[in-house]
Amino acid sequence: MSKTIHRVKVVRRARFHVAIEKKYKHMKLTLKIWRQKNAGDKGSFVTYPIDGISTDMSFLEMMDVLNEELTANGEDPVHFDHDCREGICGMCSLYINGHPHGPKQTTTCQLHMRSFSDGDTITIEPWRAKAFPVVKDLVVDRSSFDRIIQAGGYVSVNTGGVPDANEIPIPKRIADEAFDSATCIGCGACVAACKNASAMLFTSAKISQLAMLPQGQVERMSRAEKMVAQMDAEGFGACTNTGACEAECPKGISLTNIARMNREYFAASVKSETV
Amino acid sequence: MSWVTKTLSSTIGRKLIMALTGLFLILFLTGHVSGNLLLFKGDGGEAFNIYAKFMTTNPAVKLLSWLTYSSIFFHVIFSAWLSWTNKKSRPIGYGVSTPPSTTVSSRNMGILGTIILIFIVVHMQSFWAQMHWGDLPIVTYEGEQYKDLFSIVSFAFQNELMVIGYVVAMAFLAFHLSHGFASAFQTLGLNHAKYSPAIAVIGKIYCILVPILFASMPVYIYFTQS
Repeated sequence: MSKTIHRVKVVRRARFHVAIEKKYKHMKLTLKIWRQKNAGDKGSFVTYPIDGISTDMSFLEMMDVLNEELTANGEDPVHFDHDCREGICGMCSLYINGHPHGPKQTTTCQLHMRSFSDGDTITIEPWRAKAFPVVKDLVVDRSSFDRIIQAGGYVSVNTGGVPDANEIPIPKRIADEAFDSATCIGCGACVAACKNASAMLFTSAKISQLAMLPQGQVERMSRAEKMVAQMDAEGFGACTNTGACEAECPKGISLTNIARMNREYFAASVKSETV
Repeated sequence: MSWVTKTLSSTIGRKLIMALTGLFLILFLTGHVSGNLLLFKGDGGEAFNIYAKFMTTNPAVKLLSWLTYSSIFFHVIFSAWLSWTNKKSRPIGYGVSTPPSTTVSSRNMGILGTIILIFIVVHMQSFWAQMHWGDLPIVTYEGEQYKDLFSIVSFAFQNELMVIGYVVAMAFLAFHLSHGFASAFQTLGLNHAKYSPAIAVIGKIYCILVPILFASMPVYIYFTQS
């Protein structure tokens, strides 16, 4: 009797391990990746089968595995942006299966392969926007964001001695709200997700984080005017308030920022001395 | 460029025009639906005809109607301008695009608006143009002469196709309003913990109630006047 129970247990354990092995250890995937030699090239999708992908790998580690294989075969590796791989720098991008940063509301570097199933086909594309031209493969030029920041996303400070902490009183609620806006890492997922390739969530977060704080008051009006003008000059679209940006933002930047930017912009247009 | 044109031609400024004209058109719809409720009075159109005369002769209403025509005009022009900018912003689309967690209405405001514009043209041609320049029969109530617009309306809605067309158009209007109402406030910068939930609720009630009331008019006339 006890022998039978033991046997059943052994079989069950073995089946469980087989299932684990099957499900988690060796994922076999088909990758459909956008390959484009340079900015002038037309580009197309290339299909790569890949095997032995661990569910514990991050999406970018999976890309590294692919690139090691490609390099070993003497092929050009797939170019993609990445830096900290900790979800804080905003450098990674990738439009995965119709979502910026993939199916989870996080950055691509923090997306794990357990979010996919064995046998899946994963389509990987670059961010698509006129203001984000493709440099090579999946790498896009996001310097348009830098130019929006340069237009007014700064505060003037006096150089000299280090000021004491809490020298300027800021209510906790305001500090928290400004911080929430400041968590925007400028990755561009909002632009990638928006049907109009609009940069309003990004620009509004950057305008908001400074407009709410006492330190940001000096350039408050010119900031709103200049950053919006730069955003338009870069060729980003307008906002339709669909909320796709908010839904896809890895940092959960809220649409209230866009409303605030609009208020800041209207107020600045009416009040500023710039004719 | 003066600061006014500079502001109004920016993407946010153009949205401001969309929001203001949209909200004015919402006010217009409220007035339009309230007045037209007289069609349900069952008095052979007397109250409706008196109301129609008032609406075409009163100077204050004249001013409001010119505001309405210009609101429609600028709402259409600026939406076309915005759509053109938005299309240009993504010259190369995605191979895979899963619809994000956004509403169908919010993603298709332009298409919905175009259908509504076609409806407005047909609608104005059928009744508005008739009232202004058409050869309408004259009715007399208490010694005063009135154009019998009611007879034109009740004749038009004997046609099943016309009734179905109106009901369908109102469905499109409902979807357009379901996004447009709250969206206009967001564009104006009115996003507030206290008021936004109320705006959302009022918007949902409005986008269902007003089109239903409008759609019920041809249906009511079809079944009562035949």
